[in-house]
Amino acid sequence: MKAIEGQRVDWIPPALMLAIMLGALAMIGNPSTWVTLTVAGLAMGLLIFIMSSGLTLVFGLMDVMNFAHGLFIAVGAYVAASVMRLFSASVASESFLVNLGAVVPALLAAMLVAGVLGLAFERVIIRPVYGQHLKQILITTGGMIVAEQLIHVFWGPDLLPLPRPTTLRGSFLIGDMAIEKFRLIAVVVGLVVFAAMIVILNRTKTGLLIRAGVENKEMVEAMGYRIRRLFIAVFVAGSALAGLGGALWGMYQESVTVHIGANMMVLIFIVIIIGGLGSIGGCFTGALLVGLVANYVGFLSPKIALGSNILLMVMVLLWRPQGLYPVAKQ
Amino acid sequence: MTSLLSGDFPRSRLLTAMLVAIFVALALAPFVFPGTRPLDVAAKVCVFVLLVASYDLLLGYTGIVSFAHTMFFGIGGYGIAIALSRFEVGWSAIALGSAAAVALSLLVSFLIGLFSLRVKAIFFAMITLAVASFFAILASQLSGVTGGEDGITFKVPELLRPAYRLLEDPLLGVTIGGRFVTYYLVFGASLLLFLALLRVVNSPFGRVLLAIRENDFRAEALGYRTVIYRTIANCLGAVVATLAGVLYALWLRYTGPNTTLDFGIMIDILLMVVIGGMGTMYGAVIGATIFVVAQNYLQDAMKAFSGAMKDVPLLPDLFHPDRWLLWLGVLFVLSVYYFPHGIVGQLRARLRR
Repeated sequence: MKAIEGQRVDWIPPALMLAIMLGALAMIGNPSTWVTLTVAGLAMGLLIFIMSSGLTLVFGLMDVMNFAHGLFIAVGAYVAASVMRLFSASVASESFLVNLGAVVPALLAAMLVAGVLGLAFERVIIRPVYGQHLKQILITTGGMIVAEQLIHVFWGPDLLPLPRPTTLRGSFLIGDMAIEKFRLIAVVVGLVVFAAMIVILNRTKTGLLIRAGVENKEMVEAMGYRIRRLFIAVFVAGSALAGLGGALWGMYQESVTVHIGANMMVLIFIVIIIGGLGSIGGCFTGALLVGLVANYVGFLSPKIALGSNILLMVMVLLWRPQGLYPVAKQ
Repeated sequence: MTSLLSGDFPRSRLLTAMLVAIFVALALAPFVFPGTRPLDVAAKVCVFVLLVASYDLLLGYTGIVSFAHTMFFGIGGYGIAIALSRFEVGWSAIALGSAAAVALSLLVSFLIGLFSLRVKAIFFAMITLAVASFFAILASQLSGVTGGEDGITFKVPELLRPAYRLLEDPLLGVTIGGRFVTYYLVFGASLLLFLALLRVVNSPFGRVLLAIRENDFRAEALGYRTVIYRTIANCLGAVVATLAGVLYALWLRYTGPNTTLDFGIMIDILLMVVIGGMGTMYGAVIGATIFVVAQNYLQDAMKAFSGAMKDVPLLPDLFHPDRWLLWLGVLFVLSVYYFPHGIVGQLRARLRR
């Protein structure tokens, strides 16, 4: 996992995750329930990873924390809902391929709109306040207020239905294990995004520059690269991914409200704090941990399920105060 | 006067006039604005001035952004609501509930502060956001204790009940009853606590906070333990917010997630602090007054405007009465860019020119 940061791999956090999975198996006792819960946890974790990866990279690269990141999630979900309504005929179809003909344009449109919005947001809201943390927090929060209200203006204040295509409803039954189809889709999309990110970060020059920028911005600039352009690219990509995640999350819940983004923000913050601010590998591990723990605890003792994420965060921070994979800063 | 205001004068003639006008309006509210709604607005202004001032102690004076301020506000409200609905209704229950709430707030704010104030402002903001949302979920789930989404409606001591009459006959056309007494209780307590906060920020302790805000490296180098000062400021802000929550619950005779813990209220507080002016206690007065009045009366104006613009595309939607927050949000963003010290800062800057 640490290979992404190009150093020796720190296997303790992934091993911890495996230990949690095995421990949960022992506590739950029933293997088929355990598989169902694990797939649900992985799906949730991968969705959170898609949404939070951009945020943590943006922070690592430019020391910018965007409190309005949830806005891109919400916009992605709303755009997906609008597109799906356009393709309502293919949404209702019984064929998987025809269904994909509605889902794929919806996801692409969500990414496109969120990405363009990210470009505008970076230009108008974030650029004037580089290096001023207090103002960043205030201004991005303000941007979120305005944007949420604008969503109300364009899409109306009511809950918007986002129907899942016919063939993506229900679950596969393997023996007595029930696996929701949509969760499998989420796992597949999440893994594809993660793989693509690893390839880009490890095998391309842009990726090399991004990794170098996270560790030492000034040095990259001194070498003659424009870190600003790199940053804008990462910001836009992160926004687009948030839009994608929002669209998937909206389909998962089958409805969209303007609070979808703000609600996810809490989980996202927990994930990137657990992972270590700025670390993409940490973000991945943290997201999976949060997803798995939320599902296991939700099954084992629903009463403390709500606090499980906070509890997880506190325990991780007591163990490693800088997060699972601290990013070395110069 | 100097000792009352701790030597921190408004330093602008227009600002002084505005503050005096607000003070007089609030002090005489039951006489000048009879009726239920105006009095509700006045009481809300009192409570929010206090709440915003205590938030300004964190944001404007110490330079830390907390998203957990409504949590402490809610702890106060729930503390008194639980005490008054479980125990015998009376002043001792109020005292017990408030004391328990203050103790809990102190503990929580101390832990959060110790845990996360060592590091960057961003980290603290994220941690407080997570903790506050956790607390809000907790309050809505533990319905056995907190009443869940419905909240708790409770009885207040007889002196504060609306049906109670202090004087048989109306004075100057105003019934001197339970609401009257409650209003002056809220007003007086808010005023006292506000003056106490003014005292704090103008004390040597407050100067250290300012030093930390401006340059925490240098403050640390001068020998001040910044973590300790930040944590104390955090605890102080939390305690005052808790007391504001107690007052607000007493006024409403109700506590629920929507009146105290909602994230929207946190946003409101941010708007009030920034529009009024960060780092100036008087900014809290101006910001809270403008905001609460706008919240209650701007919608009417927007409804009229939106109706008049019925034939123009998009404009009626932009000026829909429910979109008033949009315009305050725009004002907020512009304030952060161009008037970092808000209305108060602008008024004072005019004086200097």
